[in-house]
Amino acid sequence: MSTEISIRKRLGNFSLAVDLCSSGGVTGLLGASGCGKSLTLRCISGILKPDEGRIVINGKTVFDSRKGINLPPQKRHVGYLFQNYALFPNMTVEQNILCGIRSEKDAAVKAETVRRMISSMQLSGLEHHRPFELSGGQQQRTALARILVGKPEILLLDEPFSALDSFLREQLITEMKSLLGSFQGDSIIVTHNRNEAYELCSSLAIMENGRLTETGNTRKIFSNAGTRAGAVLTGCKNIVGAEKTGEHEVRVPEWGISFFTEKAVRDDLAAIGIRAHYFGPDRMQNRFPVKITEQIEEPFAWIIKFRYGNQNAESESIWWRTDKGSYDPSSETGYLGVAPEDIMLLYDTEEEKHGKDRK
Amino acid sequence: MDWYPLWNSLRIAAVSCAVVFFLGIWLAFEVAKMPRIIKGILDVFLTLPLVLPPTVCGWFLLMIFGLNHPAGQFLMKFGFQFVMRWPGGILAAIVVSFPLMYRTARGAFESFDETLSWSGRTLGLSDTYIFWRIRMPVCRQGIMAGAVLAFARALGEYGATSMLIGYTPGKTATIATTVYQLWRTNDNNGALRWVLVNLAISTVVLLCINFLEDGEKQKKGRRQ
Repeated sequence: MSTEISIRKRLGNFSLAVDLCSSGGVTGLLGASGCGKSLTLRCISGILKPDEGRIVINGKTVFDSRKGINLPPQKRHVGYLFQNYALFPNMTVEQNILCGIRSEKDAAVKAETVRRMISSMQLSGLEHHRPFELSGGQQQRTALARILVGKPEILLLDEPFSALDSFLREQLITEMKSLLGSFQGDSIIVTHNRNEAYELCSSLAIMENGRLTETGNTRKIFSNAGTRAGAVLTGCKNIVGAEKTGEHEVRVPEWGISFFTEKAVRDDLAAIGIRAHYFGPDRMQNRFPVKITEQIEEPFAWIIKFRYGNQNAESESIWWRTDKGSYDPSSETGYLGVAPEDIMLLYDTEEEKHGKDRK
Repeated sequence: MDWYPLWNSLRIAAVSCAVVFFLGIWLAFEVAKMPRIIKGILDVFLTLPLVLPPTVCGWFLLMIFGLNHPAGQFLMKFGFQFVMRWPGGILAAIVVSFPLMYRTARGAFESFDETLSWSGRTLGLSDTYIFWRIRMPVCRQGIMAGAVLAFARALGEYGATSMLIGYTPGKTATIATTVYQLWRTNDNNGALRWVLVNLAISTVVLLCINFLEDGEKQKKGRRQ
Protein backbone atom coordinates (compact mmCIF):
# COMPACT_ATOMS: atom_id res chain seq x y z
CA MET A 1 0.00 0.00 0.00
CA SER A 2 1.67 3.20 -1.08
CA THR A 3 0.75 6.50 -2.58
CA GLU A 4 3.04 8.93 -4.31
CA ILE A 5 1.83 12.38 -5.17
CA SER A 6 3.82 15.12 -6.82
CA ILE A 7 1.71 17.78 -8.48
CA ARG A 8 1.86 21.40 -9.66
CA LYS A 9 -1.23 23.36 -10.53
CA ARG A 10 -1.87 27.05 -11.21
CA LEU A 11 -5.34 28.52 -10.81
CA GLY A 12 -5.40 32.27 -11.37
CA ASN A 13 -3.17 33.79 -8.70
CA PHE A 14 -3.08 30.61 -6.65
CA SER A 15 -0.44 27.98 -7.18
CA LEU A 16 -0.44 24.51 -5.73
CA ALA A 17 2.72 22.47 -5.24
CA VAL A 18 2.32 19.26 -3.31
CA ASP A 19 4.81 16.42 -2.87
CA LEU A 20 3.50 13.72 -0.61
CA CYS A 21 4.44 10.11 -0.06
CA SER A 22 2.45 7.77 2.08
CA SER A 23 3.13 4.12 2.77
CA GLY A 24 0.09 2.82 4.56
CA GLY A 25 -1.97 4.41 7.28
CA VAL A 26 -3.90 7.61 7.53
CA THR A 27 -2.36 10.88 6.38
CA GLY A 28 -3.87 14.15 7.49
CA LEU A 29 -3.72 17.31 5.40
CA LEU A 30 -4.05 20.07 7.97
CA GLY A 31 -4.47 23.66 6.89
CA ALA A 32 -6.62 26.76 7.11
CA SER A 33 -9.51 27.06 4.66
CA GLY A 34 -8.48 28.14 1.18
CA CYS A 35 -4.96 26.73 1.47
CA GLY A 36 -5.48 24.18 -1.29
CA LYS A 37 -6.37 21.04 0.66
CA SER A 38 -9.52 20.20 -1.27
CA LEU A 39 -7.81 21.14 -4.53
CA THR A 40 -5.21 18.47 -3.79
CA LEU A 41 -7.90 15.82 -3.33
CA ARG A 42 -9.55 16.88 -6.58
CA CYS A 43 -6.26 16.45 -8.42
CA ILE A 44 -5.71 13.00 -6.91
CA SER A 45 -9.21 11.85 -7.82
CA GLY A 46 -8.96 13.16 -11.39
CA ILE A 47 -11.72 15.77 -11.19
CA LEU A 48 -9.07 18.41 -11.78
CA LYS A 49 -6.06 17.95 -14.04
CA PRO A 50 -2.75 19.15 -12.59
CA ASP A 51 -0.46 21.14 -14.91
CA GLU A 52 2.37 18.74 -14.31
CA GLY A 53 3.49 15.97 -12.01
CA ARG A 54 2.83 12.35 -11.19
CA ILE A 55 0.27 10.49 -9.11
CA VAL A 56 0.79 6.83 -8.27
CA ILE A 57 -1.81 4.96 -6.22
CA ASN A 58 -0.79 1.49 -4.98
CA GLY A 59 1.74 1.08 -7.76
CA LYS A 60 -0.69 2.19 -10.48
CA THR A 61 0.21 5.43 -12.25
CA VAL A 62 -3.02 7.36 -12.68
CA PHE A 63 -1.41 10.61 -13.80
CA ASP A 64 1.96 11.38 -15.34
CA SER A 65 2.31 14.59 -17.34
CA ARG A 66 5.60 13.48 -18.93
CA LYS A 67 4.25 10.15 -20.14
CA GLY A 68 0.90 11.68 -21.07
CA ILE A 69 -1.05 9.48 -18.67
CA ASN A 70 -4.28 10.94 -17.28
CA LEU A 71 -6.85 8.36 -16.20
CA PRO A 72 -10.43 9.63 -15.85
CA PRO A 73 -11.90 9.62 -12.31
CA GLN A 74 -13.93 6.54 -13.23
CA LYS A 75 -10.76 4.45 -13.64
CA ARG A 76 -8.80 5.68 -10.62
CA HIS A 77 -10.73 3.64 -8.05
CA VAL A 78 -10.61 6.41 -5.52
CA GLY A 79 -13.10 6.58 -2.65
CA TYR A 80 -13.88 10.28 -2.32
CA LEU A 81 -16.05 11.42 0.59
CA PHE A 82 -17.21 14.95 -0.19
CA GLN A 83 -17.70 17.59 2.47
CA ASN A 84 -21.49 17.62 1.91
CA TYR A 85 -21.42 13.84 1.17
CA ALA A 86 -22.87 14.45 -2.35
CA LEU A 87 -25.58 11.80 -2.03
CA PHE A 88 -27.86 11.69 -5.08
CA PRO A 89 -31.07 13.35 -3.84
CA ASN A 90 -33.26 11.59 -6.41
CA MET A 91 -32.25 8.13 -5.21
CA THR A 92 -32.91 6.11 -2.07
CA VAL A 93 -30.17 4.94 0.30
CA GLU A 94 -30.20 1.56 -1.42
CA GLN A 95 -29.97 3.03 -4.93
CA ASN A 96 -27.20 5.38 -3.84
CA ILE A 97 -25.12 2.48 -2.54
CA LEU A 98 -25.89 0.46 -5.67
CA CYS A 99 -24.25 3.26 -7.69
CA GLY A 100 -20.94 2.54 -5.96
CA ILE A 101 -20.65 -1.05 -7.20
CA ARG A 102 -18.14 -1.37 -10.00
CA SER A 103 -17.86 -4.03 -12.71
CA GLU A 104 -20.34 -6.50 -11.18
CA LYS A 105 -23.11 -7.33 -13.67
CA ASP A 106 -25.20 -9.96 -11.85
CA ALA A 107 -28.17 -8.18 -10.26
CA ALA A 108 -28.56 -10.78 -7.50
CA VAL A 109 -24.91 -10.48 -6.46
CA LYS A 110 -25.21 -6.68 -6.50
CA ALA A 111 -28.32 -6.74 -4.30
CA GLU A 112 -26.64 -9.08 -1.83
CA THR A 113 -23.50 -6.90 -1.66
CA VAL A 114 -25.62 -3.82 -1.01
CA ARG A 115 -27.65 -5.65 1.64
CA ARG A 116 -24.52 -6.70 3.52
CA MET A 117 -23.03 -3.20 3.31
CA ILE A 118 -26.28 -1.69 4.62
CA SER A 119 -26.28 -3.91 7.68
CA SER A 120 -22.57 -3.46 8.39
CA MET A 121 -22.94 0.33 8.20
CA GLN A 122 -25.99 0.21 10.52
CA LEU A 123 -28.36 1.53 7.90
CA SER A 124 -30.91 -1.28 8.16
CA GLY A 125 -34.46 0.00 7.92
CA LEU A 126 -33.39 3.09 5.99
CA GLU A 127 -33.02 1.35 2.59
CA HIS A 128 -35.90 3.23 1.00
CA HIS A 129 -35.30 6.61 2.60
CA ARG A 130 -34.10 9.54 0.52
CA PRO A 131 -30.99 11.47 1.59
CA PHE A 132 -32.93 14.51 2.86
CA GLU A 133 -34.82 12.23 5.28
CA LEU A 134 -31.59 11.11 6.97
CA SER A 135 -29.69 12.62 9.91
CA GLY A 136 -26.17 13.96 9.37
CA GLY A 137 -24.58 10.80 10.74
CA GLN A 138 -26.77 8.54 8.61
CA GLN A 139 -25.91 10.59 5.53
CA GLN A 140 -22.23 10.17 6.27
CA ARG A 141 -22.60 6.41 6.74
CA THR A 142 -24.55 6.13 3.48
CA ALA A 143 -21.86 8.05 1.62
CA LEU A 144 -19.15 5.85 3.16
CA ALA A 145 -21.10 2.69 2.32
CA ARG A 146 -21.45 3.89 -1.28
CA ILE A 147 -17.68 4.40 -1.47
CA LEU A 148 -16.60 1.20 0.31
CA VAL A 149 -18.89 -1.05 -1.72
CA GLY A 150 -16.71 -0.25 -4.76
CA LYS A 151 -13.54 -1.46 -2.99
CA PRO A 152 -11.45 1.68 -3.55
CA GLU A 153 -7.64 1.67 -3.61
CA ILE A 154 -7.45 4.81 -1.50
CA LEU A 155 -9.84 6.86 0.64
CA LEU A 156 -9.99 10.64 0.30
CA LEU A 157 -12.03 12.29 3.03
CA ASP A 158 -12.74 16.01 2.66
CA GLU A 159 -13.60 17.62 6.02
CA PRO A 160 -15.67 14.55 6.95
CA PHE A 161 -17.12 16.05 10.13
CA SER A 162 -17.66 19.68 9.21
CA ALA A 163 -21.37 19.16 8.41
CA LEU A 164 -22.10 17.73 11.88
CA ASP A 165 -22.72 19.28 15.27
CA SER A 166 -20.05 18.81 17.90
CA PHE A 167 -21.83 16.13 19.93
CA LEU A 168 -22.30 13.85 16.92
CA ARG A 169 -18.82 14.68 15.74
CA GLU A 170 -17.08 13.05 18.69
CA GLN A 171 -19.15 9.90 18.32
CA LEU A 172 -18.51 9.66 14.60
CA ILE A 173 -14.77 10.23 14.97
CA THR A 174 -14.59 7.02 17.01
CA GLU A 175 -16.58 5.16 14.34
CA MET A 176 -14.39 6.58 11.61
CA LYS A 177 -11.26 5.56 13.48
CA SER A 178 -12.26 1.90 13.56
CA LEU A 179 -13.43 2.05 9.95
CA LEU A 180 -10.10 3.51 8.81
CA GLY A 181 -8.28 0.90 10.89
CA SER A 182 -9.98 -1.93 9.02
CA PHE A 183 -9.46 -0.33 5.58
CA GLN A 184 -6.66 -1.98 3.61
CA GLY A 185 -5.40 0.96 1.56
CA ASP A 186 -4.11 4.42 2.34
CA SER A 187 -6.38 7.23 3.47
CA ILE A 188 -5.96 10.96 3.19
CA ILE A 189 -8.07 13.20 5.42
CA VAL A 190 -8.38 16.88 4.76
CA THR A 191 -9.22 18.93 7.83
CA HIS A 192 -8.71 22.25 9.53
CA ASN A 193 -9.48 20.74 12.91
CA ARG A 194 -6.41 19.76 14.94
CA ASN A 195 -8.33 17.37 17.22
CA GLU A 196 -9.62 15.39 14.26
CA ALA A 197 -6.14 15.30 12.77
CA TYR A 198 -4.58 14.16 16.05
CA GLU A 199 -7.15 11.45 16.72
CA LEU A 200 -7.36 9.98 13.22
CA CYS A 201 -4.05 10.45 11.46
CA SER A 202 -0.79 8.58 11.89
CA SER A 203 1.10 11.10 9.83
CA LEU A 204 0.43 14.73 9.11
CA ALA A 205 1.18 17.23 6.38
CA ILE A 206 0.72 20.88 7.21
CA MET A 207 -0.38 23.01 4.34
CA GLU A 208 -0.12 26.74 3.91
CA ASN A 209 -0.84 28.73 0.77
CA GLY A 210 -0.67 25.78 -1.60
CA ARG A 211 2.58 24.40 -0.15
CA LEU A 212 3.34 21.65 2.35
CA THR A 213 5.39 23.29 5.07
CA GLU A 214 5.87 20.27 7.32
CA THR A 215 5.32 16.55 7.00
CA GLY A 216 5.90 13.75 9.45
CA ASN A 217 4.57 11.71 12.32
CA THR A 218 1.51 13.29 13.92
CA ARG A 219 2.75 12.98 17.50
CA LYS A 220 6.12 14.49 16.57
CA ILE A 221 4.57 17.45 14.75
CA PHE A 222 2.28 18.17 17.68
CA SER A 223 5.14 17.98 20.19
CA ASN A 224 7.43 20.09 18.06
CA ALA A 225 5.96 21.89 15.10
CA GLY A 226 8.81 23.45 13.19
CA THR A 227 7.03 26.45 11.71
CA ARG A 228 4.65 29.16 12.85
CA ALA A 229 1.87 27.78 10.61
CA GLY A 230 2.40 24.33 12.09
CA ALA A 231 2.29 25.71 15.62
CA VAL A 232 -0.92 27.66 14.95
CA LEU A 233 -2.65 24.74 13.23
CA THR A 234 -1.77 22.31 15.98
CA GLY A 235 -3.35 24.71 18.44
CA CYS A 236 -0.40 26.46 20.02
CA LYS A 237 -1.73 29.62 21.68
CA ASN A 238 1.51 31.42 22.51
CA ILE A 239 3.78 32.17 19.58
CA VAL A 240 6.27 34.97 19.94
CA GLY A 241 9.33 36.22 18.07
CA ALA A 242 12.63 35.09 19.59
CA GLU A 243 16.37 35.17 18.91
CA LYS A 244 19.22 32.81 19.67
CA THR A 245 21.48 33.85 22.53
CA GLY A 246 23.20 30.52 23.28
CA GLU A 247 23.38 26.89 22.24
CA HIS A 248 20.36 26.15 24.47
CA GLU A 249 19.14 29.64 25.23
CA VAL A 250 16.71 32.00 23.48
CA ARG A 251 15.70 35.56 24.25
CA VAL A 252 12.14 36.84 23.80
CA PRO A 253 12.39 40.63 23.45
CA GLU A 254 8.63 41.23 23.67
CA TRP A 255 8.39 39.45 27.02
CA GLY A 256 11.71 40.80 28.29
CA ILE A 257 13.03 37.37 29.38
CA SER A 258 15.18 34.46 28.22
CA PHE A 259 14.35 30.74 28.20
CA PHE A 260 16.49 27.63 28.34
CA THR A 261 15.62 25.04 25.74
CA GLU A 262 16.29 21.34 25.57
CA LYS A 263 16.89 21.26 21.82
CA ALA A 264 19.91 22.97 20.31
CA VAL A 265 18.95 26.31 18.78
CA ARG A 266 19.77 27.02 15.12
CA ASP A 267 21.05 30.44 14.10
CA ASP A 268 17.99 31.27 11.97
CA LEU A 269 15.48 30.93 14.83
CA ALA A 270 12.37 33.01 14.12
CA ALA A 271 10.05 32.40 17.04
CA ILE A 272 9.15 30.08 19.89
CA GLY A 273 5.84 28.49 20.74
CA ILE A 274 4.61 27.42 24.18
CA ARG A 275 1.31 25.56 24.49
CA ALA A 276 -1.12 26.99 27.03
CA HIS A 277 -1.13 23.88 29.24
CA TYR A 278 2.68 23.65 29.52
CA PHE A 279 2.96 26.46 32.08
CA GLY A 280 2.76 25.56 35.75
CA PRO A 281 3.52 27.04 39.17
CA ASP A 282 5.33 23.82 40.13
CA ARG A 283 7.69 23.81 37.13
CA MET A 284 11.01 24.93 38.50
CA GLN A 285 12.84 25.80 35.28
CA ASN A 286 12.28 28.95 33.25
CA ARG A 287 10.32 30.24 36.25
CA PHE A 288 9.38 33.92 36.39
CA PRO A 289 7.00 36.17 38.31
CA VAL A 290 3.74 36.88 36.47
CA LYS A 291 0.74 39.14 36.81
CA ILE A 292 -2.70 37.69 36.03
CA THR A 293 -4.89 39.91 33.82
CA GLU A 294 -7.90 37.78 32.95
CA GLN A 295 -9.57 34.52 33.97
CA ILE A 296 -12.03 32.55 31.83
CA GLU A 297 -13.90 29.68 33.39
CA GLU A 298 -14.53 26.51 31.35
CA PRO A 299 -16.44 23.42 32.56
CA PHE A 300 -13.30 21.57 33.62
CA ALA A 301 -10.51 24.09 33.32
CA TRP A 302 -9.40 27.65 33.81
CA ILE A 303 -8.03 29.74 30.96
CA ILE A 304 -5.80 32.36 32.49
CA LYS A 305 -4.18 35.26 30.71
CA PHE A 306 -1.06 36.64 32.30
CA ARG A 307 1.88 38.99 31.65
CA TYR A 308 5.53 38.84 32.64
CA GLY A 309 6.91 41.65 34.78
CA ASN A 310 8.91 43.36 32.02
CA GLN A 311 6.57 42.54 29.17
CA ASN A 312 6.05 45.19 26.45
CA ALA A 313 2.79 47.10 26.77
CA GLU A 314 1.88 46.33 23.11
CA SER A 315 2.60 42.65 23.44
CA GLU A 316 -0.41 40.36 23.85
CA SER A 317 -1.17 38.58 27.12
CA ILE A 318 -0.05 34.96 27.42
CA TRP A 319 -2.44 32.01 27.68
CA TRP A 320 -2.22 29.46 30.46
CA ARG A 321 -4.67 26.58 30.72
CA THR A 322 -4.93 24.60 33.93
CA ASP A 323 -7.27 22.00 35.42
CA LYS A 324 -9.80 23.15 37.97
CA GLY A 325 -8.86 22.33 41.53
CA SER A 326 -5.17 22.93 40.96
CA TYR A 327 -5.72 26.68 40.70
CA ASP A 328 -6.94 29.28 43.14
CA PRO A 329 -8.83 31.95 41.18
CA SER A 330 -8.35 34.61 43.89
CA SER A 331 -4.60 34.93 43.23
CA GLU A 332 -3.39 37.88 41.17
CA THR A 333 0.32 37.25 41.04
CA GLY A 334 2.59 34.24 41.27
CA TYR A 335 5.39 32.31 39.63
CA LEU A 336 5.00 30.24 36.49
CA GLY A 337 7.61 27.97 34.97
CA VAL A 338 7.89 25.97 31.76
CA ALA A 339 10.04 22.89 31.10
CA PRO A 340 12.84 23.35 28.49
CA GLU A 341 11.54 20.38 26.44
CA ASP A 342 8.13 22.09 26.12
CA ILE A 343 9.49 25.08 24.24
CA MET A 344 8.94 24.66 20.51
CA LEU A 345 11.59 26.21 18.29
CA LEU A 346 9.99 27.70 15.17
CA TYR A 347 11.79 28.54 11.95
CA ASP A 348 10.61 30.34 8.83
CA THR A 349 9.71 28.30 5.77
CA GLU A 350 11.69 28.97 2.58
CA GLU A 351 8.85 31.11 1.30
CA GLU A 352 8.62 33.29 4.42
CA LYS A 353 12.36 33.88 4.22
CA HIS A 354 12.07 35.05 0.62
CA GLY A 355 9.12 37.23 1.59
CA LYS A 356 11.28 38.88 4.26
CA ASP A 357 14.17 39.41 1.87
CA ARG A 358 11.87 41.23 -0.52
CA LYS A 359 10.68 43.53 2.22
CA MET B 1 -67.25 23.00 -36.93
CA ASP B 2 -64.00 22.24 -38.72
CA TRP B 3 -61.48 21.12 -36.11
CA TYR B 4 -58.51 21.21 -38.46
CA PRO B 5 -56.89 24.32 -36.84
CA LEU B 6 -56.88 22.59 -33.42
CA TRP B 7 -55.32 19.45 -34.81
CA ASN B 8 -52.79 21.45 -36.84
CA SER B 9 -51.85 23.67 -33.86
CA LEU B 10 -51.42 20.68 -31.60
CA ARG B 11 -49.17 18.78 -33.99
CA ILE B 12 -47.05 21.86 -34.69
CA ALA B 13 -46.71 22.56 -30.96
CA ALA B 14 -46.00 18.91 -30.11
CA VAL B 15 -43.31 18.41 -32.76
CA SER B 16 -41.65 21.78 -32.13
CA CYS B 17 -41.78 21.21 -28.37
CA ALA B 18 -40.05 17.83 -28.76
CA VAL B 19 -37.32 19.38 -30.92
CA VAL B 20 -36.90 22.39 -28.64
CA PHE B 21 -36.79 20.12 -25.57
CA PHE B 22 -33.68 18.24 -26.71
CA LEU B 23 -32.08 21.15 -28.53
CA GLY B 24 -32.62 23.45 -25.54
CA ILE B 25 -31.23 20.97 -23.02
CA TRP B 26 -28.25 20.16 -25.18
CA LEU B 27 -27.33 23.81 -25.84
CA ALA B 28 -28.04 24.84 -22.24
CA PHE B 29 -25.70 22.10 -21.00
CA GLU B 30 -22.96 22.94 -23.51
CA VAL B 31 -23.20 26.71 -23.08
CA ALA B 32 -23.14 26.44 -19.25
CA LYS B 33 -19.67 24.84 -19.54
CA MET B 34 -18.19 27.45 -21.89
CA PRO B 35 -15.81 30.31 -21.01
CA ARG B 36 -17.56 33.49 -19.95
CA ILE B 37 -17.14 35.62 -23.07
CA ILE B 38 -18.30 32.95 -25.53
CA LYS B 39 -21.13 32.18 -23.13
CA GLY B 40 -22.24 35.81 -23.16
CA ILE B 41 -22.24 36.05 -26.95
CA LEU B 42 -24.05 32.75 -27.47
CA ASP B 43 -26.53 33.69 -24.80
CA VAL B 44 -27.51 36.89 -26.59
CA PHE B 45 -27.82 35.10 -29.92
CA LEU B 46 -29.90 32.22 -28.52
CA THR B 47 -32.21 34.45 -26.47
CA LEU B 48 -32.79 37.03 -29.21
CA PRO B 49 -36.04 35.47 -30.57
CA LEU B 50 -37.59 36.01 -27.13
CA VAL B 51 -37.31 39.79 -27.39
CA LEU B 52 -37.61 40.26 -31.14
CA PRO B 53 -41.11 40.77 -32.59
CA PRO B 54 -42.18 37.40 -34.06
CA THR B 55 -42.63 39.08 -37.45
CA VAL B 56 -38.90 39.85 -37.47
CA CYS B 57 -38.20 36.16 -36.83
CA GLY B 58 -40.62 35.37 -39.64
CA TRP B 59 -38.79 37.74 -41.96
CA PHE B 60 -35.46 36.04 -41.16
CA LEU B 61 -37.01 32.63 -41.81
CA LEU B 62 -38.30 33.84 -45.18
CA MET B 63 -34.85 35.17 -46.05
CA ILE B 64 -33.40 31.72 -45.38
CA PHE B 65 -36.11 29.27 -46.39
CA GLY B 66 -37.95 31.43 -48.96
CA LEU B 67 -38.24 29.83 -52.36
CA ASN B 68 -35.79 32.33 -53.88
CA HIS B 69 -33.26 31.90 -51.10
CA PRO B 70 -30.40 29.39 -50.73
CA ALA B 71 -31.75 26.97 -48.10
CA GLY B 72 -35.23 27.07 -49.60
CA GLN B 73 -33.88 26.35 -53.08
CA PHE B 74 -31.70 23.54 -51.77
CA LEU B 75 -34.69 21.87 -50.07
CA MET B 76 -36.78 22.34 -53.23
CA LYS B 77 -34.36 20.01 -55.03
CA PHE B 78 -35.71 17.26 -52.78
CA GLY B 79 -39.27 18.43 -53.36
CA PHE B 80 -39.60 19.88 -49.89
CA GLN B 81 -40.65 23.38 -48.91
CA PHE B 82 -41.43 25.17 -45.65
CA VAL B 83 -43.10 28.26 -47.13
CA MET B 84 -46.91 28.02 -47.26
CA ARG B 85 -46.84 24.41 -45.95
CA TRP B 86 -47.81 23.32 -42.44
CA PRO B 87 -44.30 21.97 -41.47
CA GLY B 88 -43.14 25.58 -41.82
CA GLY B 89 -45.25 26.23 -38.72
CA ILE B 90 -42.98 23.85 -36.82
CA LEU B 91 -39.94 25.84 -37.92
CA ALA B 92 -41.52 29.13 -36.84
CA ALA B 93 -42.60 27.66 -33.49
CA ILE B 94 -39.12 26.21 -32.84
CA VAL B 95 -37.40 29.55 -33.40
CA VAL B 96 -39.84 31.50 -31.24
CA SER B 97 -40.20 29.04 -28.34
CA PHE B 98 -36.56 27.91 -28.16
CA PRO B 99 -35.34 30.70 -25.82
CA LEU B 100 -37.93 29.76 -23.17
CA MET B 101 -36.68 26.17 -23.00
CA TYR B 102 -33.04 27.19 -23.23
CA ARG B 103 -33.24 29.85 -20.51
CA THR B 104 -35.14 27.72 -17.97
CA ALA B 105 -32.97 24.65 -18.60
CA ARG B 106 -29.80 26.70 -18.23
CA GLY B 107 -31.03 28.17 -14.96
CA ALA B 108 -31.72 24.66 -13.68
CA PHE B 109 -28.30 23.36 -14.78
CA GLU B 110 -26.48 26.30 -13.25
CA SER B 111 -28.04 25.69 -9.84
CA PHE B 112 -27.06 22.01 -10.01
CA ASP B 113 -24.54 21.03 -7.31
CA GLU B 114 -21.49 19.98 -9.34
CA THR B 115 -20.13 17.78 -6.53
CA LEU B 116 -22.93 15.33 -7.39
CA SER B 117 -21.46 14.80 -10.82
CA TRP B 118 -17.92 14.66 -9.37
CA SER B 119 -18.89 12.01 -6.87
CA GLY B 120 -20.63 10.05 -9.63
CA ARG B 121 -17.46 10.08 -11.68
CA THR B 122 -15.24 8.94 -8.81
CA LEU B 123 -17.73 6.14 -8.13
CA GLY B 124 -17.16 4.90 -11.68
CA LEU B 125 -20.46 6.01 -13.22
CA SER B 126 -20.31 6.95 -16.90
CA ASP B 127 -20.88 10.56 -17.94
CA THR B 128 -23.99 9.51 -19.87
CA TYR B 129 -25.41 7.80 -16.79
CA ILE B 130 -24.66 10.86 -14.65
CA PHE B 131 -26.38 13.14 -17.17
CA TRP B 132 -29.58 11.15 -17.62
CA ARG B 133 -29.93 9.52 -14.19
CA ILE B 134 -28.63 12.25 -11.87
CA ARG B 135 -28.36 15.67 -13.52
CA MET B 136 -31.68 15.44 -15.41
CA PRO B 137 -33.79 14.07 -12.52
CA VAL B 138 -32.33 16.62 -10.08
CA CYS B 139 -33.08 19.45 -12.55
CA ARG B 140 -36.38 17.86 -13.60
CA GLN B 141 -38.73 20.54 -12.29
CA GLY B 142 -36.95 23.37 -14.08
CA ILE B 143 -36.68 21.45 -17.32
CA MET B 144 -40.35 20.41 -17.24
CA ALA B 145 -41.41 23.99 -16.58
CA GLY B 146 -39.33 25.09 -19.58
CA ALA B 147 -40.93 22.45 -21.79
CA VAL B 148 -44.46 23.46 -20.76
CA LEU B 149 -43.69 27.13 -21.41
CA ALA B 150 -42.20 26.30 -24.80
CA PHE B 151 -45.28 24.21 -25.68
CA ALA B 152 -47.62 27.03 -24.68
CA ARG B 153 -45.61 29.57 -26.67
CA ALA B 154 -45.59 27.29 -29.74
CA LEU B 155 -49.36 26.82 -29.47
CA GLY B 156 -49.95 30.57 -29.37
CA GLU B 157 -47.43 31.47 -32.09
CA TYR B 158 -48.92 33.90 -34.65
CA GLY B 159 -46.47 36.41 -36.14
CA ALA B 160 -43.71 34.27 -37.60
CA THR B 161 -46.21 31.56 -38.50
CA SER B 162 -48.47 33.84 -40.53
CA MET B 163 -45.47 35.27 -42.40
CA LEU B 164 -43.98 31.88 -43.25
CA ILE B 165 -47.04 29.71 -43.88
CA GLY B 166 -49.90 32.21 -44.13
CA TYR B 167 -53.49 31.03 -43.71
CA THR B 168 -54.97 28.34 -45.92
CA PRO B 169 -58.07 26.69 -44.42
CA GLY B 170 -57.54 22.95 -44.06
CA LYS B 171 -53.85 23.22 -44.94
CA THR B 172 -51.90 25.72 -42.82
CA ALA B 173 -54.59 27.20 -40.55
CA THR B 174 -53.73 27.21 -36.83
CA ILE B 175 -55.92 28.34 -33.94
CA ALA B 176 -54.20 31.72 -33.73
CA THR B 177 -54.41 32.48 -37.44
CA THR B 178 -58.00 31.20 -37.58
CA VAL B 179 -59.16 33.62 -34.86
CA TYR B 180 -57.73 36.53 -36.81
CA GLN B 181 -59.12 35.32 -40.12
CA LEU B 182 -62.66 34.72 -38.77
CA TRP B 183 -62.77 38.09 -37.04
CA ARG B 184 -61.50 39.81 -40.19
CA THR B 185 -64.27 38.23 -42.23
CA ASN B 186 -66.92 39.36 -39.72
CA ASP B 187 -67.58 35.83 -38.38
CA ASN B 188 -67.41 36.94 -34.77
CA ASN B 189 -69.21 33.85 -33.42
CA GLY B 190 -66.71 31.60 -35.17
CA ALA B 191 -63.87 33.62 -33.68
CA LEU B 192 -65.43 33.33 -30.20
CA ARG B 193 -65.51 29.52 -30.44
CA TRP B 194 -61.77 29.42 -31.15
CA VAL B 195 -61.12 31.99 -28.44
CA LEU B 196 -62.84 29.66 -25.95
CA VAL B 197 -60.80 26.68 -27.17
CA ASN B 198 -57.67 28.75 -26.77
CA LEU B 199 -58.65 29.87 -23.24
CA ALA B 200 -59.26 26.24 -22.24
CA ILE B 201 -55.85 25.09 -23.48
CA SER B 202 -54.00 28.02 -21.90
CA THR B 203 -55.70 27.42 -18.55
CA VAL B 204 -54.59 23.79 -18.56
CA VAL B 205 -51.03 24.84 -19.39
CA LEU B 206 -50.92 27.40 -16.57
CA LEU B 207 -52.32 24.85 -14.13
CA CYS B 208 -49.52 22.50 -15.18
CA ILE B 209 -46.89 25.17 -14.48
CA ASN B 210 -48.36 25.97 -11.06
CA PHE B 211 -48.49 22.27 -10.23
CA LEU B 212 -44.80 21.90 -11.13
CA GLU B 213 -43.80 24.96 -9.07
CA ASP B 214 -45.77 23.71 -6.06
CA GLY B 215 -43.97 20.38 -6.30
CA GLU B 216 -40.67 22.22 -6.28
CA LYS B 217 -41.57 24.23 -3.17
CA GLN B 218 -42.78 21.17 -1.28
CA LYS B 219 -39.58 19.30 -2.08
CA LYS B 220 -37.46 22.18 -0.84
CA GLY B 221 -39.61 22.65 2.24
CA ARG B 222 -39.15 19.05 3.27
CA ARG B 223 -35.41 19.36 2.98
CA GLN B 224 -35.13 22.17 5.48
